[in-house]
Amino acid sequence: MSQAAAQAADGRPLTYLSNGFTLRSWLTSTDHKRIAILYAVSITAFFFLGGIAIGIVRLELVTPTQDLVSADTYNRLFTLHGIVMVWFFLVPSIPTTFGNFLLPMMIGAKDLAMPRLNLFSWYLYVAGGLFTVYALIAGGVDTGWTFYTPFSTMFSNSHVLAAAMGVFVVGFSSVATGINFIVTTHMMRTRGMTWMRLPLFVWAMYATSFVMVLATPVLSVALLLVMAERWLGVPIFNPTHGGDPLLFQHLFWFYSHPAVYIMILPAMGVVSEIFPCFARRRIFGYQFMVYAMVAIAVIGFFVWGHHMFVSGQSGYANLVFSFLSFVVAVPSAIKVFNWTATLYRGQITFEAPMFYAIGFVGLFTIGGLTGLFLATVPIDIQATDTYFVVAHFHYIMVGGSVSALFAAIHFWWPKMTGRMYPEIWARFAAILMFFGFNFTFFPQFIMGWMGMPRRYGSYPPEFQIYHVLSSAGALVLAAAYLLPLGYLTWAYFRAPRAPRNPWHATGLEWTTPSPPPPLNFDAPPVVNEGPYHYHPAEVGPEARPEGAEDEQRASSA
Amino acid sequence: MILANILPPGASLYAHNVDVIYYTLMGVSVLICLLLLIVGGVFIVRYRRGSPAKRGPMPELLSREIEIGWTVATFFAFIFLFFWAAAMLVSSGPAQKGDLEIHVVAKQWMWKAEQPNGAREINEIHVPVDTPVRLVMTSQDVIHSLFLPALRLKQDVLPQRYVDMRFTADRTGTFPLLCAEYCGTEHSHMTGKLVIMTKQAYQKWLEAQPGSADVAGMGRKLFTSLGCSGCHGRAAHVRAPDLEGVYGRSVQLADGRTVQADKDYLRDSILEPRKDIVAGYEPIMPSYKNTLSDSDVLRLVAYLKSLASKEKDQ
Ligand code: HEC
Ligand SMILES: [Cu+2]
Ligand SMILES: [Cu+2]
Repeated sequence: MSQAAAQAADGRPLTYLSNGFTLRSWLTSTDHKRIAILYAVSITAFFFLGGIAIGIVRLELVTPTQDLVSADTYNRLFTLHGIVMVWFFLVPSIPTTFGNFLLPMMIGAKDLAMPRLNLFSWYLYVAGGLFTVYALIAGGVDTGWTFYTPFSTMFSNSHVLAAAMGVFVVGFSSVATGINFIVTTHMMRTRGMTWMRLPLFVWAMYATSFVMVLATPVLSVALLLVMAERWLGVPIFNPTHGGDPLLFQHLFWFYSHPAVYIMILPAMGVVSEIFPCFARRRIFGYQFMVYAMVAIAVIGFFVWGHHMFVSGQSGYANLVFSFLSFVVAVPSAIKVFNWTATLYRGQITFEAPMFYAIGFVGLFTIGGLTGLFLATVPIDIQATDTYFVVAHFHYIMVGGSVSALFAAIHFWWPKMTGRMYPEIWARFAAILMFFGFNFTFFPQFIMGWMGMPRRYGSYPPEFQIYHVLSSAGALVLAAAYLLPLGYLTWAYFRAPRAPRNPWHATGLEWTTPSPPPPLNFDAPPVVNEGPYHYHPAEVGPEARPEGAEDEQRASSA
Repeated sequence: MILANILPPGASLYAHNVDVIYYTLMGVSVLICLLLLIVGGVFIVRYRRGSPAKRGPMPELLSREIEIGWTVATFFAFIFLFFWAAAMLVSSGPAQKGDLEIHVVAKQWMWKAEQPNGAREINEIHVPVDTPVRLVMTSQDVIHSLFLPALRLKQDVLPQRYVDMRFTADRTGTFPLLCAEYCGTEHSHMTGKLVIMTKQAYQKWLEAQPGSADVAGMGRKLFTSLGCSGCHGRAAHVRAPDLEGVYGRSVQLADGRTVQADKDYLRDSILEPRKDIVAGYEPIMPSYKNTLSDSDVLRLVAYLKSLASKEKDQ
């Protein structure tokens, strides 16, 4: 009996969603699509937890004095925000949800190579999350997400052990996911799906996975050493016993710089799917896009020292790291040019995913350019540990990654849920998010360069105007994040049903029903052309037809 | 008016040079953003669905050349920026002997400074204008970071280690002094003032401070009162190395290594004498780790240094 013929109770074809409704059927499912949903729910919870923490921080910063919360609470709040947003939201965000959901479908496989490992990695994520929530309930952590020694090991009076344990455990989840993706990409590609026919999203997942697998263990070791020193008193970082506090920074940034690429490469993958689809154009320079991602992943391992220009490391090391940081910016710039060039001679439409994707390019460009400022040693000396840096990495990680996440949510929503979403609301939210974001973070560049240090609960009054602007922006941004939560929930139950391929997109995931059946495809698909064949190589694209008559296209293919 | 607000004041030549780089980068960035905005904007409008713009055959042939072209162009532009900034750093040169040396000790949550004549201040550092100044800094607990925005300078201050910050201010005034490395509860209160004064005003201020005495002189007193001279002095009965001129020399150690006798080495010799034993001597020197404060160690080191410069001056 073929998959598609199987019927669920209500007479509709069986889908991964209707394949069991009990809690147990979800918590024990090894279906990559269901695990993606499990992740989606959990990272959403952590996203709002981290969001609430920073909401209180922004409220405190409306006035220059420490008045809303105590200095200790303030420190715990921004630490919570950082830890939760980095390890429980941004790092897993796109890979564990869209990567999980789409990677097998995009290469024509029926699941990941190791479905049970996949489920196990979600449990690891939850276990790590529980440690973190415990640390929060027990009273919080006040080290900043960076856990700098010797403060974290010898001086902090907060729940460093539980928090470090949480991050340590969630690291294994990352590694498991990474290994699973790498093996899947190697072993499970369907007939004809050669490496140079892989969608760029798959390449992005593949590159990200390598970074996860190679970098995360270094963080784990660093945290293990922190725990050993704090708990057992093993002198490693404590200089009064001959330890070296800078060793921790080297280990930490050896992970945490590549982690930036764990957060941004998937976003680049998403945008590389969306631009061709809504411009109806082949992606400009496919091969260069692939090489650029690989180059970013590789060179990204050699620039960690740019976080330590003022740490007391040697001036020559500073120059080397500065140089390499300029080099790693080249492939990122190339990608921006290529996305823009993809629009050339297109037939562009502007549905919400395209709005978010265009927003991504703009914000990522600003984030990347300010990255060049910080790669320049004398500029970094002034800007590091100020709001300039805070603004810079939020432009990359929130303006970039989160915009791309929302682009992905809207683009693949019909595929994942079998429903459309309300287009007007979605566009409105996209615009609101773009403006709210700039409103929040642009003033931070200005005050940062003026000398406003980060992690200050009270501050010199001349910075107040910028903080007020930033907090007002945060309010707009919060509304822009809550909006999709509302209309997407509505859409899940009420919106019109989605066809197989509402965007007339290329890619194997669009050839199966929406939502897909448990094993994705009736029969293993065969691939005989490269990705993004929106038009013949020699002639420009035709306008995308109106409406959703994709069924004929799918059947004729 | 607003512009003057946004551009922070600079109080040294170095700060102005940094600003030149900053505004150049800013110009380049604005240019790139504008270019992208215009090109992207034109494409978006011109090639919206159903627009009459020509699509026709694609000039695919060009794409490879374009791609290589802009990769190389970006690469060289970036490398140029890098060299320009790097050249400025390299040209700032090594420390000079005549630098005015101020000792800074950071602790949770305050900055303590000690002027060359021993005058002490808390959360304030007074310096004369147009004079090369060197801050020699260490921390008593966690990592802090001295941030002087008006000088465009920042340096992490580490426990058990000395780090330098050098500048020559060219403008008088009072400027903020902040801690930039998160260091615990009161991190945001670890702030103070950098006061840049005319040379005369600085001298006057210095002499008016209570407790001023020469730091190296205080070190000399400690050297006797702590009993160092009992072993290291000329008339000592114990065999211990002569410390005259030890600073800056290379020292042969018992385990075969040769090290440069810099500040960190001297400090370690006093606090952890077992770590580096001088070749040919017995490891009999006691550790002063629990008896000396950080400022006392700074004074002793300053005294030992002064012995070295006396020798060189002869
Ligand atoms: C009991 C005798 C004794 C006392 C007291 C003593 N030292 Fe020493 N010191 C030695 C000996 C012996 C050595 C050489 C062996 C070694 O390196 O430990 C030495 C080595 C040193 C060195 C390294 C010299 C070099 O040539 O590299 C320094 C610096 C030093 N002492 C400073 C001090 C200071 C400052 C004090 C007082 C706070 C002090 N010592 C007190 C016996 C002593
Ligand atoms: Cu980095
Ligand atoms: Cu501090």
